[in-house]
Amino acid sequence: MSHAMKYQEEYRDAAAAKKLQQAIAAATTRPWTIMEICGGQTHTIVKYGIDELLPPEIELVHGPGCPVCVTPLELIDKGIEIASRPDVIFCSFGDMLRVPGSRRDLFAIKALGADVRIVYSPLDCLKIARQNPGKTVVFFAVGFETTAPANAMAVWQAKRLGITNFAVLVSHVLVPPAMTAILSSPNNRVQGFLAAGHVCTVVGYEEYEPLAQRFNIPIVVTGFEPLDLLEGVYRCVLMLEKGRKGVDNQYSRVVRRAGNEHARKLLDEVFEIADRKWRGIGTIPQSGYRLRPEFEAFDAERRFAVDRLEVLESDACISGLILQGVKKPHQCPAFGTLCTPEHPLGATMVSSEGACAAYFNYGRFRSGQDKRQLQPA
Amino acid sequence: MCLGIPGKIVDTYEENDVQMGKVDFGGVFKRVCLAHTPQAQVGQFVIVHVGFALQVIDEEEAKHVFAFLNGMNELEELHVGETERASET
Repeated sequence: MSHAMKYQEEYRDAAAAKKLQQAIAAATTRPWTIMEICGGQTHTIVKYGIDELLPPEIELVHGPGCPVCVTPLELIDKGIEIASRPDVIFCSFGDMLRVPGSRRDLFAIKALGADVRIVYSPLDCLKIARQNPGKTVVFFAVGFETTAPANAMAVWQAKRLGITNFAVLVSHVLVPPAMTAILSSPNNRVQGFLAAGHVCTVVGYEEYEPLAQRFNIPIVVTGFEPLDLLEGVYRCVLMLEKGRKGVDNQYSRVVRRAGNEHARKLLDEVFEIADRKWRGIGTIPQSGYRLRPEFEAFDAERRFAVDRLEVLESDACISGLILQGVKKPHQCPAFGTLCTPEHPLGATMVSSEGACAAYFNYGRFRSGQDKRQLQPA
Repeated sequence: MCLGIPGKIVDTYEENDVQMGKVDFGGVFKRVCLAHTPQAQVGQFVIVHVGFALQVIDEEEAKHVFAFLNGMNELEELHVGETERASET
């Protein structure tokens, strides 16, 4: 490499991708089903057609790695209710705004005059809180382990600086319990995992080692650029072909086995592990974070008593099956017709990490994408 | 959200006792919290997610996939050489 690395374009090189494609084809001797966990990885796969570059024996299945998509409908409705209050400034990342609640979304109430703001970092909320002492700033803290340190820092700073007009609505979910739930399911077809690279950047991959042993599978910690995904698949196929189980780290330029110790320390100080309900899947034990008692004052669910809400899921939406990798978006009858990014029925069509949004935005409408169906008898 | 973007640290400073940085994303500059990467120096690249640096990018590790692909090049050349010799006999 003669030029200084920028860590993006180099991982999108077409010639290098072709080499990895050939390596995968040469290594594959029988069918394998591999699941990629993270929605960001799903988007790269669909955008660059990575799955179409693979030999027909390899099936890539999309997992529930979209924290917006798995946030329970009750919590979305609660967020919308809180955001409607005149004494609240409601902040979130952009893709939450169009996630449909039972009756409407954050964008709709913003249009009606509610103070709903998109932020770049959770720390921005603290500035807004200081500038608006008469209001309470509530941040919708949605995410996997990747986002948790940033949210923890916002709460930790707020406490340290005495910013009391700030609260977080927590919807944090953890990846390993979801993987366990999928692998434990009687209908499970997943034989290998591409683990979420940025989740592992934060918490490391020590926790995956007993998982790999228990379920006898390879887990390859994988990045997000096209070459990362291809190399991740290649390394997973090599392990599958050799019958090897365990954890391999493809994304070694940022992932260390123990993750980021500073982030983990802060996470442990602010959050504790709790049971969590995953939309479309159900309650998975010990699968989320909640604020520790010392930080309870910042918990929006405690601060704002919301009346019992009547939750209405769409009949036509099959997001739950999409998130478990049982169905693909183009197999949904509502896909592209009743359900589009403009009028979504479920979160998987709205979120920047949702599989349905990826398929829609990159033109995957026909079921002819499933190569197995095209194999001669 | 799992999207993390690589950027180059061009400046560091403290704000409210927290280490912050000015990071260059190919010409776009943003404030980034460096609290979780206290060892990060100006000139290094970090992976940034929602305004926070998650880790410093290890330059040596970053090159390994390209070393592997170069190794494949060499294998290919060997193979081609063998085929040519075989066709000459």
